[in-house]
Amino acid sequence: MPGPAPAPIPETLPFWEGAADKELRIQRCTPCSRHYFYPRPFCPRCGSEEVEWTTVSGDARLVSYIINYRPFPPFDPATPVVVALVELAEGPRMMTNIVGVAPEPENLELDMPLKAEFIEYEDYTLPVFAPAVAR
Amino acid sequence: MTSMHRGGIAVVGAAETTGIGVRPEMSVLGLHAEAARNALADAGLTTADVDGVATAGPLAMEVSHHLGIEPRWLDGTLVGGCSFMLHVRHAAAAIAAGAADVVLVTHGESGRSRVGVAPWAPNPASASGQFETVYGAQAPYSTFTLPALRFLHERGMTREHLAQVVVAQRSWALNNPRAFRRKPVTVEEVLAGPPIAYPFTRDMCCVVTDGGGALVLTSAERAKDLPSGDRAVYLLGSGEAAEGPLVSQMADPGSFAAFRKAGAEAFRTAGITHADVDHLMAYDAFAHVPLYMLEDLGFVGRGESGDFVAEGNTVKGGSLPMNTNGGGLSYTHTGMYGMFAIQEAVRQLRGEAVEQVQDVDVSFVQGVGMFFAAAGSLVLSRHRG
Ligand SMILES: [Zn+2]
Repeated sequence: MPGPAPAPIPETLPFWEGAADKELRIQRCTPCSRHYFYPRPFCPRCGSEEVEWTTVSGDARLVSYIINYRPFPPFDPATPVVVALVELAEGPRMMTNIVGVAPEPENLELDMPLKAEFIEYEDYTLPVFAPAVAR
Repeated sequence: MTSMHRGGIAVVGAAETTGIGVRPEMSVLGLHAEAARNALADAGLTTADVDGVATAGPLAMEVSHHLGIEPRWLDGTLVGGCSFMLHVRHAAAAIAAGAADVVLVTHGESGRSRVGVAPWAPNPASASGQFETVYGAQAPYSTFTLPALRFLHERGMTREHLAQVVVAQRSWALNNPRAFRRKPVTVEEVLAGPPIAYPFTRDMCCVVTDGGGALVLTSAERAKDLPSGDRAVYLLGSGEAAEGPLVSQMADPGSFAAFRKAGAEAFRTAGITHADVDHLMAYDAFAHVPLYMLEDLGFVGRGESGDFVAEGNTVKGGSLPMNTNGGGLSYTHTGMYGMFAIQEAVRQLRGEAVEQVQDVDVSFVQGVGMFFAAAGSLVLSRHRG
């Protein structure tokens, strides 16, 4: 059951179009040689507009998480959701869901390697992450 | 020349709504008005004396017009629950600059009964709407809580430390008739409570209440001549800072930059050290937040916050009495709790608290806003410095 749908804006559309193609696309600042997130038409670190969209590896590690036992509709209120903070191999961190394991603390070891997956809903595709090594 | 800090500005009126907790008969604006009128009565002033109004939630002119005030100074800074710390700081600057003489800061929220409250409607096009809400970070308990496991993990701390915060704060609320949660609890009971968002159980999350509070500020010079003058509380220092609206984009999930920056500025402007602080109000929407504050403000070293609380330093007779009204976890939490943290600091400094700590000369009040987005710090004293 999906959560509330995102409403892409011009600055973020390439991220969501990438997700629809099952690719994780984020921006990279050329002068800084660094990726950044969330999408903006300039680098939040140095201010440069010399930035480009890149497709990243989808490799990440689990930084932190909560298990939301009381999600609101449109989530199924009876199904716990793992809300996670992950760090991409390229550096930026993002919020996501952890899928592919039961939502129990014993399945969610901090720093464990993760791999991006994509869940297709009717109106959009959502990047999520699953353990890189089957547990 | 009046100075913004070091005792140039005084809180001359401070009051909460007459009733607190469950107020189904009162709207949001009604709670603002009740608190404001109580605070003005406390100061010995009337609305005719007020020329500055600051609030968060309703617009400042909604509050001023409702009360019959014609302001020449307005502040609608809205950075979440610590907005009122910023209002006090901004009001002090305004009074020192001559832009206002008497400022009224109001808060009121019908967090529990939701009387006259607009339905919750997140913007799906905002950064948080696109990159956080979609993943189930919909409520404070599923957003503000997200970095906590990292904080604990990096320090070798556990969920027991979160539960210890709850137990410590509950101890202050047991005899407070205005506190929402008043039953004694043990660490085991807290951990066994209804799960809300692992690692958080119910009692590690704040209460949800109705209520309000208000403050009246003016120059220390003018305070001397007021009937409330001998109960005046002085602003020694303050600070404010922000990181960003996305908890997922904190520079360091195990430490909040805005606590470090706002806190350091408050200490610096007040000209005090940690040893000078007799009492701490550490905005506790959730049990991990005071632990961050104790470390980020420098009251304890990195990784020491959990044991500091567990060893009894923040309860009655401890070295740093903290959240002596019971805090957001036990006393009240209308949605933007910061006003209540300030109110308790003022009560302690005046010697009028339910659980009065002996000889409180300096109280440090640390606020947080919109999860880990913004912070405001106040150093208050019963002496002019
Ligand atoms: Zn750059």
